[in-house]
Amino acid sequence: MEGSLLTLAWVGIVGFAVFMYVLMDGFDLGIGILYPFAPSEESRDVMMNTVAPVWDFNETWLILGGAGLFAAFPIAYAVVLPAMYLPLLLMLIALIFRGVAFEFRFKARTSRHWWNKAFFLGSLLATFAQGVVLGTFIQGIEVEGRNFAGTMLDWLTPFSLFCGLALIAGYALLGCTWLIWRTIGILQDWCYRVARRLLVAVLVMVAVVSLWTPFLEPAIAARWFAMPNILLLSPVPLLTAALAFGLWRALDEGSDVLPFAFSMGLFALSYLGLAVSLWPMLIPPSITIWQAAAPPETQVFLLIGMAFLIPTILVYTAYSYWVFRGKVTGAFGYH
Amino acid sequence: MDLDPLILSRIQFAFVISFHILFPSFTVGLACWIAVLEGLWLGTGKALYRSLSEFWTKIFAISFGMGVVSGIVMTYQFGTNWSRWSDIVGNVLGPLIQYEVVTAFFLEAAFLGILLFGRDRVPRAAHFAAACLVALGTVLSSFWILSANSWMHTPAGAEFRDGQFFVTDWWQVVFNPSFPYRLVHMLTAMFLTTGFVVAGISAFYLLTRRFIEHARVGLGMALGIITILAPLQVFLGDLHGLNTLEHQPAKIAAMEGHWEGGPRAPLILFAIPDAEAEKNHLELAIPGLSSIILTHELEGKVPGLKQFPADERPNPLILFFTFRIMVGIGLLMVTVALIHLVLRFTGKLYTTEWFHRLLVACMPAGFVAILAGWFTTEIGRQPWVVYGMVRTAEGVTPALTTGAVLTSLIVFVVVYTIIYGAGTYYLIRLLRIGPSIPEDEYAPMAKQEALRPKRPLSLPGESIEPAE
Ligand code: HDD
Ligand code: HEM
Ligand code: HEM
Repeated sequence: MEGSLLTLAWVGIVGFAVFMYVLMDGFDLGIGILYPFAPSEESRDVMMNTVAPVWDFNETWLILGGAGLFAAFPIAYAVVLPAMYLPLLLMLIALIFRGVAFEFRFKARTSRHWWNKAFFLGSLLATFAQGVVLGTFIQGIEVEGRNFAGTMLDWLTPFSLFCGLALIAGYALLGCTWLIWRTIGILQDWCYRVARRLLVAVLVMVAVVSLWTPFLEPAIAARWFAMPNILLLSPVPLLTAALAFGLWRALDEGSDVLPFAFSMGLFALSYLGLAVSLWPMLIPPSITIWQAAAPPETQVFLLIGMAFLIPTILVYTAYSYWVFRGKVTGAFGYH
Repeated sequence: MDLDPLILSRIQFAFVISFHILFPSFTVGLACWIAVLEGLWLGTGKALYRSLSEFWTKIFAISFGMGVVSGIVMTYQFGTNWSRWSDIVGNVLGPLIQYEVVTAFFLEAAFLGILLFGRDRVPRAAHFAAACLVALGTVLSSFWILSANSWMHTPAGAEFRDGQFFVTDWWQVVFNPSFPYRLVHMLTAMFLTTGFVVAGISAFYLLTRRFIEHARVGLGMALGIITILAPLQVFLGDLHGLNTLEHQPAKIAAMEGHWEGGPRAPLILFAIPDAEAEKNHLELAIPGLSSIILTHELEGKVPGLKQFPADERPNPLILFFTFRIMVGIGLLMVTVALIHLVLRFTGKLYTTEWFHRLLVACMPAGFVAILAGWFTTEIGRQPWVVYGMVRTAEGVTPALTTGAVLTSLIVFVVVYTIIYGAGTYYLIRLLRIGPSIPEDEYAPMAKQEALRPKRPLSLPGESIEPAE
């Protein structure tokens, strides 16, 4: 029992890291996706500057998710990553271009348009690849013994590609509402308009993915539609609808921060729904979190440190966001 | 040699990590130097320090950005290409990497924003603190990753059963036998590398007669560090070698080019080791010296490659040369330090042009030595991935296909070439432009402050490319 509590704690930590990543890098990737459509070159500068001081930090959650999996569930790391070899390659390359674009763009003049493109395509493709990874994960990974047993192209299905598109819409919504919060003037007005369209797109896609998922795996259908469960779980879609409604209202009323809060809420619920569908599988359809867990001596050694470090990290995250609070109109200086 | 996924994964790993290590090699030292400059500016209020710090911070930002993006590739590389390895060592090394993330990466990343963009938004002391925390983060990062790497060379504190390692003693895992040596030798290497870059740039400004004040401070500080660290590094390298002799004798035999080993072994200055024929061609050697260096007595026995089964020997040809390149550069660095002392005491340090040219030429020295050193270390570990226990061939992902790895390898090579090219280009432009000159030593740049950015992107001179 002791062992399994530990494992639960680790599921919590890795889950938390991935979720933090999705929220935080989600909005800066979203900004990259909206980037070429922005009303002017000046608003593009502003867009980039709303995230320039924090993007590196946001991306660190991705490393935490990866390293956490490696540490607490090594077998999952060893099975899942090879299965995603090509989409992950795409994601890494896209993140490289997106990351250096932050630095290079400000240093460039004649070549600036190249880094604008790198920033947009990097964000777009990284998001798409992450969606594909998510889709591949939901549809299941073929395992034999302790190894991935499928082929290098198993990930390529209509479902996973659709998840890629869905995530693009989702991150764009996050990015758009973040900009509503952090900017003013024509850029903000533009975002109010775009946010509505994105919200509709996101809702349609979430609905499609939610309906599609149970058909992929009978076990998931059984979990959602069996008798007591359907009552217990029905709040999830209902809450989603309520949040979407709230977001729409907030856009109408011209609220600054509520749209971003509601979009984060939408992400949280979708994440929760996903967790319910897959529980207790770590690698659907065959390996559970209990089977994948590292031995207790490893988990304890790490947990001791995490107990202090994660709160500390959250404190200084809050501090650094606080330092850069407020509306962004120009740049932060240094470049 | 067949192009199987194993050999391709090895090439890919060697390529991406060699690329990655170039950036930390420079940024760890630079972060520390920036922290020192910020401290001096806080303490003395001399605008020169602030202007130097701002200049080097720009360079830091570019290098750091490239370090980060190439580092993320590394984290995923373990799982994608070395999945068996991940499963086998995950219980031991996973936590070390995880600790690196939570102690080091978050610290760097959170305070980097404040270091780069926060000067006008936080109190001066907080800005200084941010610089210190970024520097601390980079050092911690090296601590954990080197611990993990050293464990693969000298595994301790864990037992191997059912195809996996299980930890018995975390202290022994983290402070495994080769770790202290590797950590100090590597950190010193990083400071030396940064020192040579700073010295080289400063010398370049002296030669071109620009930014003389900045250049004198930079040159003086960098050469000071080099003079302390270069001789120390040779000493540390010797200790590291003795440690390797104890734990990985086959690697030492290959580095030294010894086939027979035994007492009164000669120090081989030049040779072309031939693994097939099990002998050296064109050998040039000093009798007895190798025994003296490695065992500190003439009769001391040193290992020879023939004592090890042929399938447990590392590649002697590569090791022999990479090791000599590193040591050669180490001795070159000591020479530079000595010349500097002579010039400083005769008061000619800032006027001797040939020395400045030498310093400009030495800028890549640290990087080359670090790569050569790592090639020695890692190729010397072969054919093992966990020394003496798990072979590299057992670590590779079984499901990989040649096509997939070939694709990723080519993509990495192309993309890294582009990024590296662009990065170098922007760095060179930044160096050409140089630091901004403080208007008045003691009035802390009030004027610049006022100009400072509501819209700095359009400030003249901010873009470093010429306008069309
Ligand atoms: C500026 C860089 C630099 C310089 C001048 C030197 N080294 Fe070094 N050396 C490194 C940078 C480095 C390194 C890149 O940091 C390595 C690779 C792995 C490691 O731990 O440190 C290394 C490894 C390394 C090893 C391999 C240990 C092993 O694989 O187990 C030995 C024996 C030495 N060094 C010895 C020396 C000696 C005798 C030097 C001087 C004459 C010297 N190094 C100069
Ligand atoms: C930073 C400097 C490093 C460099 C330049 C470097 C270089 C290399 C090279 C050249 C190889 C290939 C050896 C061969 O295949 O013959 C290799 C292998 C390997 N290294 Fe390192 N390495 C470095 C640090 C690390 C670190 C910090 C780790 C892990 C924590 C690591 C893990 C590995 C592993 C797992 C392999 C096995 C794959 C293989 O043998 O090709 N390396 N490295
Ligand atoms: C194979 C092993 C390695 C992995 C998996 C790895 C992983 C990473 C990652 C993910 C980052 C980005 C961190 C961020 O977001 O701030 C990074 C940066 C860094 N790494 Fe590595 N790394 C490896 C090898 C090394 C080695 C051998 C060293 C030094 C001895 C090193 C030192 C650093 C430092 C100091 C940084 C800070 C960023 C910079 O200065 O460029 N890493 N590494």
